[in-house]
Amino acid sequence: MVRFENVGMRYGTGPEVLHDVSLDLASGSFHFLTGPSGAGKTTLLRLMYLADRPTRGLISLFDQDISRLRRRDLADLRRKIGVVFQDFRLLGHLSTFDNVALPLRVAGIAESRVKKNVTELLEWVGLAEKLNARPVTLSGGQQQRVAIARAVIARPQLLLADEPTGNVDDAMANRLLRLFEELNRFGTTLVIATHNEQLASQRRFKRIHLVNGEVASPEGVSA
Amino acid sequence: MIGRLGNDIPLRRDGTVRVLPWLIAPMVYLAALALAGMLTLHGVLQSWDRGLSGTMTVELPPAPPAPAADTALPKALEVLRATPGIVSVAPLSTAAESKLLQPWLGTAIAPDELQLPRLIDLRIASGTTIDLKDLRARLAAAAPGAVLDDHRLWLDRLFGLALSVEATGLAIFLMVGAAAVLTVIFTTRAGLAVHHDVIELLHLMGARDLYIARQFEHEAMRMGLSGGVGGIALAALTLWGLGHAAAATAVLGEEAKLLPDLSLVLWQWTALALLPGLAGLAAMLTARLTVMRALARMP
Repeated sequence: MVRFENVGMRYGTGPEVLHDVSLDLASGSFHFLTGPSGAGKTTLLRLMYLADRPTRGLISLFDQDISRLRRRDLADLRRKIGVVFQDFRLLGHLSTFDNVALPLRVAGIAESRVKKNVTELLEWVGLAEKLNARPVTLSGGQQQRVAIARAVIARPQLLLADEPTGNVDDAMANRLLRLFEELNRFGTTLVIATHNEQLASQRRFKRIHLVNGEVASPEGVSA
Repeated sequence: MIGRLGNDIPLRRDGTVRVLPWLIAPMVYLAALALAGMLTLHGVLQSWDRGLSGTMTVELPPAPPAPAADTALPKALEVLRATPGIVSVAPLSTAAESKLLQPWLGTAIAPDELQLPRLIDLRIASGTTIDLKDLRARLAAAAPGAVLDDHRLWLDRLFGLALSVEATGLAIFLMVGAAAVLTVIFTTRAGLAVHHDVIELLHLMGARDLYIARQFEHEAMRMGLSGGVGGIALAALTLWGLGHAAAATAVLGEEAKLLPDLSLVLWQWTALALLPGLAGLAAMLTARLTVMRALARMP
C-alpha cells in the first residue's frame, strides 16, 4: 500500500529533514506515527499524501511508483487518500456542509448523493445542527470533527491524520479513534501522527517512531 | 445549504479580481473607438470611391474676352461626344460654377468678375476602359490647355492617408487587446497567490487542473464581460455625440459639410456590440491558460 525506499527529503537548500526512511505499510494496516515535535512526522505525511516529492529515494503508493505516474493519474491517486490536517485547513467562506462535501464534488459525485452522504456523516460526528455554520463560528473540537468528516467522506483507501485528536476532550478522542478503527475494519489503511504517547500506547496498533528524521523503531513497519 | 458547484475558491471576495471590470472597461472603450474609427473611415472612403469612379472632369482655360469667339468649348465637346464609353458630357454653366464657389467666396464677389476655367462633367459607362492618353492628345489638339482629370491622383493620395489612419487604428486596437490580456494574466496570478492554500487543498483532494482553472475562467469571463459592457456603453455615447457634432458642421448646407458622415450602420454597430463578448472570451481563455500553467508547476 505505502512503500518508502531510502527516502530523503529537504526543503530548498535547507538541511535534510528525513534521512533514508524505508517503510512498507500493508493494505488494511493501522499505524501510529509518533515522535517528538520536529522529528519529521508532518513531512513524512506530506510525502504520503503527495503534497511534496522526495529529494531522493523511491515512493510507491497503491503499488505504483509515483515518479512514473502522469499528472492525471496522480489526481486519481489523491482521490484514494483522505487527509486530516493538523491545522484543519477548513475553507472559511464555505459552510460545514460544503467543506465536508468538497472531496465528493471534486470527484464529480452527483449532488443528490453528496447531500445524503454529507448529512449522514455530519449527524454521526454530532454536527447535524451545524450544517450551515461557518468554520469560524465552530469550536476547535467541532472544527476538528469537520476536518475528519471531510477526510473520510469519500471513503478513502488510505487515511492520513496529523494530530487528529489534539483539540478534543478524551471522550471525543476515543469516539474519533473508534471511527478510525471502524474505517480500518472495513479495509482503510490508516496512519495517524501523534505526539500523545499515552493515546498511542493504549491501542494495539503498530507504531512508526521518528527521531530526527529517521525511523528509530520500525516496530511492525513491515507488517 | 448546498454550495454551487465549482465555487470553492472565494474569487468574488478577492479585491484583485473585483478590480478587473474597472480595468477592462476603459480598454474596451478605447478599442471600440479605434474600431469605430476604422469602420467609419472605411465607409467614407467607399462612398468617395463610389462617387468619383465612373466620372471625369475636363477643365478648359477661361473663355477669351468678348468679342473673340470661344471655339475651345465646342471643339472639346465634339471630341468628348465622339469618344466611345463616355455616356454623358455636361458642361457646367456659369451659374453652377458660381454655386460651387459660393461657400468659399461668399456673395461679396460675383463669379462673373473672375476669370474662371470652364468645367465639363463626364460620365463613363460602367465596365468601360478609356484610353486616357489618346483622349488627352485629342483634347489638346482640339482645345489647347485642356486638362483631363480622372481624380485618380487625388483618390490615391486620400487612400494612402486612409490606409495609414486605418493601420494606426488597428495598432491601437491590438495594443489595447494586448494590454487587456496582460491585465488578466496579472490579476489571475494575483488570485492564484491569494488563494494558494485553497488551490493546494483542492489539488490534494484530487481536483484536476481544469476543475480549478474553470473557477478562475468563469470569474474572469464574468468580470471581462461586465467591464466590456460598461466600456461599450460609454463608447456608444461618445460615438453618438461625435456623430451629432459631425452632423452639426453642415451649417453651409448638405453639399458643404466640413466632416463626412460619421454615423455607423447596423452591421458596424453589431461589430462593436461583439466587443464585450470578445473581452469576456479573451479574459476567460487567458485566465485558463495562466492557471493551467501555474498548476502544472505543482507537484
